[in-house]
Formats: sequence, C-alpha cells, structure tokens
Amino acid sequence: MGMIIVTETVPATTDDVAFPVARGCPFAEPAEYSQVREQTPISKVRLQGGTEAWWVSQYAEGRAILADRRFSSDRRRDNFPIPGADKQLRERFRRQAPSLIGMDGAEHAAERRALIGEFTVKRLAALQPRIQQIVDGFIDDLLATRQHPVDLVRTLSLPVPSLVICELLGVPYADHDFFQSRTALLISRRTPEPERARAVDELRGYLGELITRKESEPGDDLFSRQIARRREQGALDHPGLVSMAFLLLAAGHETTANMISLGVIGLLNHPEQLAALRADPRRTPMAVEELLRYFTIVETATSRVATEDVEIGGVTIPADDGVIVSGLSANWDPSVFAAPADLDIERGARHHIAFGYGPHQCLGQNLARLELQIVFDTLFRRVPTLRLAVPVDEIKLKSDAPIYGAYELPVTW
Amino acid sequence: MRIKADTGVCVGSGQCVLTGPAVFDQDDDGIVTLLVDHPEGEAADQARDAVSLCPSQALSIIED
Ligand code: HEM
Ligand code: SF4
Repeated sequence: MGMIIVTETVPATTDDVAFPVARGCPFAEPAEYSQVREQTPISKVRLQGGTEAWWVSQYAEGRAILADRRFSSDRRRDNFPIPGADKQLRERFRRQAPSLIGMDGAEHAAERRALIGEFTVKRLAALQPRIQQIVDGFIDDLLATRQHPVDLVRTLSLPVPSLVICELLGVPYADHDFFQSRTALLISRRTPEPERARAVDELRGYLGELITRKESEPGDDLFSRQIARRREQGALDHPGLVSMAFLLLAAGHETTANMISLGVIGLLNHPEQLAALRADPRRTPMAVEELLRYFTIVETATSRVATEDVEIGGVTIPADDGVIVSGLSANWDPSVFAAPADLDIERGARHHIAFGYGPHQCLGQNLARLELQIVFDTLFRRVPTLRLAVPVDEIKLKSDAPIYGAYELPVTW
Repeated sequence: MRIKADTGVCVGSGQCVLTGPAVFDQDDDGIVTLLVDHPEGEAADQARDAVSLCPSQALSIIED
C-alpha cells in the first residue's frame, strides 16, 4: 500500500462560505482566511445574511482603504456591509440620528473634535489611580468568594469597564444589569430582529431621559460637558446626543470586557508568556498590544462603502460597493506579523489594526489600553495561582458575534 | 531631522504621545502639539515610529 492520503481541510473555493467566518478556536483564524489572503486578497464574497461585499484581507491594503476618504462609513447607504442584517435593521439605521462611527468628512471631524479632549493620554493618566482602585475592589470581592469555580466574566471582565465608563460618562452604575443585558441582546447576531429593536429602543429611551435630566441638572461628567459645549455652539441636538451616548456606553464596556476575558484565556494558555509578563511588568503594555492583535475582537466594524471607483491591489472596487477590511485577517497577515498564530508578547505589535486605522481609529483606545494593563497586572499579581476551571474547548465563546469574546469564563485558584 | 505635525488632519488618537512622550503632546482638545521640532537620538527614533503609527498621516519627517 504505502499510499498517503492527504485530507484537505480548507475548501477549494469560498463560494459556499459566508463571511465573516465563525471562529472555531480562539487560537486560530478561520481556516479559509489564510487561503483567501494568499490567493484573492481583495475579492467579492457572500456575507452572512446573503448580500455581497469586497473582502480585504491583507494588512497594507486594509490600512490604505481605512485611511482613504473615498470610502464612506455611512450606515444609511444601501450597500453598507452589515453581516446578518435584514431589511428592518437597515430601515432602523436610516431613521436613527447617526453617531460618530457612521459619519464622514467634515461632519465626522467636527463631532470627533468635540469628544477627543475627553480621551487624551494626559486625561486618561489622571484616571489611573481610580481605575486601579476599581480593579482592586472587584478583585477583593473575587478573593472573598467561597464558591468555586467563579465566572470571571460576571465578577471582573464586565464590571471593571462598566463601572469605569459609567463614572466617566455620568451613567448611574446601579443600572448596569439593565444596560449590560440590552447591549448583549443588540450585539448578538442570534437576537431576533423585534427583540433587538426593543433592546435598542429601551436603551435609547433610558439614555434620552438621562440626557434630559443632565440638561437641567449637569454633573461633573462627559455627558454634562458635551451638553454645555454643544449649547455654546448653538442649539442642542437631542437625538444626536443620544446617539453619541449610546455609542460611548455600548462601545465603552462590551469591547474591553471581552478583551479582558480573552486576554486571561490567552495568557493562562501560554504559561511561558505569562511568566515573562509577571517577571517584568514593564512588558505589560507590549503584551496588551499583542493580545489585541491576536484576538482582534472587533473584526468587521471596519466596513465601508466606496463613493467612487477605486483601484487598489490590482482590482477596481466600483462606486457604491460595500467593503469589509477584516481586522483579524490583516492582523494575521504573515508578511507583517511573522508566525501570526504564535502569541508572542515581545514581538512589538503596536502597528496592529485591532482599533482600526484612519480617521475613525478607536476613540477609546487609550482608555482600553489602560484598563487592560491594570487588570492583567493586578489580577496575575494578586491571584498568582489563577487557572481555568474547564478545558479551553469547553469555554462558551462568542464565535458568531460581531464582537468576539467569552460568554462565561469559569476560573479557580 | 525635523518633525512636522498637521493639526488640521490630526484625529487625536494619542498614538504619537504614547510612542514619544518627549516629542509629542495633545492640547486640551486632543490635537497634537510638538514639544520639540528637532528630536535627536532616542527621541528621533520615537518620532519615526510615531509617523508610521499615526492613523491620519498628520505627522511627517523632513531630513535636513
Ligand atoms: C479593546 C477594546 C476596544 C476595541 C478592540 C475597539 C475597536 C474599535 C474599532 C476597530 C473601531 C473602528 C471602527 C471603524 O473603523 O469604523 C472603533 C471605533 C470606536 N470606538 Fe472602540 N474599541 C475598543 C474600546 C473602546 C472603548 C473603551 C470606547 C469608549 C470610550 C470605544 C469607543 C469607540 C468609538 C466612539 C469609536 C468610533 C470612532 C470614530 O468613528 O471616530 N472603543 N473601536
Ligand atoms: S498619532 Fe496622529 S492622529 Fe494621533 S494624536 Fe498624534 S498626530 Fe494626531
């Protein structure tokens, strides 16, 4: 005999695959991605939900598109790629006042300039002691728990960024069950549309009332400062303020929470990397960049629509076509990040596009960096024997959600 | 070398401040300001890194 049968696990064509492809394992990109990146780096693909868009999978071209103002972020455009979206969701995007993330050009620049003063490196450095206190408080509670295993998502990953963003924005933390559950519903691709619509309406209703209250009784918080700033510049745009509040509250807790959980899983699963990190906390900032690259939890928010024909990488993307720059595929491009499947906290991954690139690059990136650095440093210092209470493949991961993460993370020590 | 910052296109990401805190700062509105025009030694390397990290191409280097 002596014949070797090679089994091909990657399908020969991607015709029957819908993008983005669900992740099977947290330590690998979907098998289809590397094939597409090598063979057809800019190609039209079928999206989950049936529509089509250009899939951009190499780093250089992805970055070029995100920096190119001929591509629009306007979610109201017909072909804006929204995997899994149905008509009702598109209608909703058309009716709602757009938020920063969906604006273009001068309108985007003005809105972003109104906000960035709140997120400067200096302003955030001043928050460091309070964030440390918040993290220590939740870890005190964790260590006092007698019942093991403990779900780290409920006890640390979600509470830390939720409390931090509540204090910054001026949202009462007592309402966290309400906004966390609504955000979870609106983010999941499995939520039926009527239920998603209800979650959005409830959250907008809640934030609308909160903004109205702050219009007459301002506090020392971001929402109150934005109200004052916009009053100075002219009339208050209430629906616009609610859209801004909605984006900041949702993006401000759910993203960082998922990154905390995945970072813990990644480090516990790579004990030599964790040991290097603990040996010298000066490595933490670099480790955070590598974890951001490795997991790229927000894969497809970097979507656009071409406003004119654009030639790039040997293809012409026609005007009005949708484009998805896959952050995950770009961050696993081996021509930029050698051996991308190796988690290597020393590789120097700062140039990843896990926060996007171009004018829309994440507004909260330096807040997220600070929270992640403090959480990883403090958690592994104060709970040195921390370990997963179940095998990695039993952890329920958000494999099919626009923000990757863990639903639950049972740990013990 | 000389470093130039275009405050008109800066989007306040703070990447430059993280990379070269002795070269770059942000004003109260989050826009880049230069602490030195002619960075030298380690600061020059940091300035070069910041140019390639800046998401809005607001930074450029003039070799002289
Ligand atoms: C690990 C955590 C986070 C990740 C991976 C992440 C990822 C991203 C990405 C990829 C974009 C770009 C979208 C695009 O190109 O259209 C973005 C934009 C944005 N993010 Fe984050 N984000 C994180 C944390 C945060 C936090 C903590 C905040 C809250 C303050 C925040 C607020 C925003 C806002 C407001 C935008 C829109 C910026 C604009 O359009 O100009 N993010 N984020
Ligand atoms: S890195 Fe670029 S966009 Fe960000 S603050 Fe500096 S100059 Fe502005």
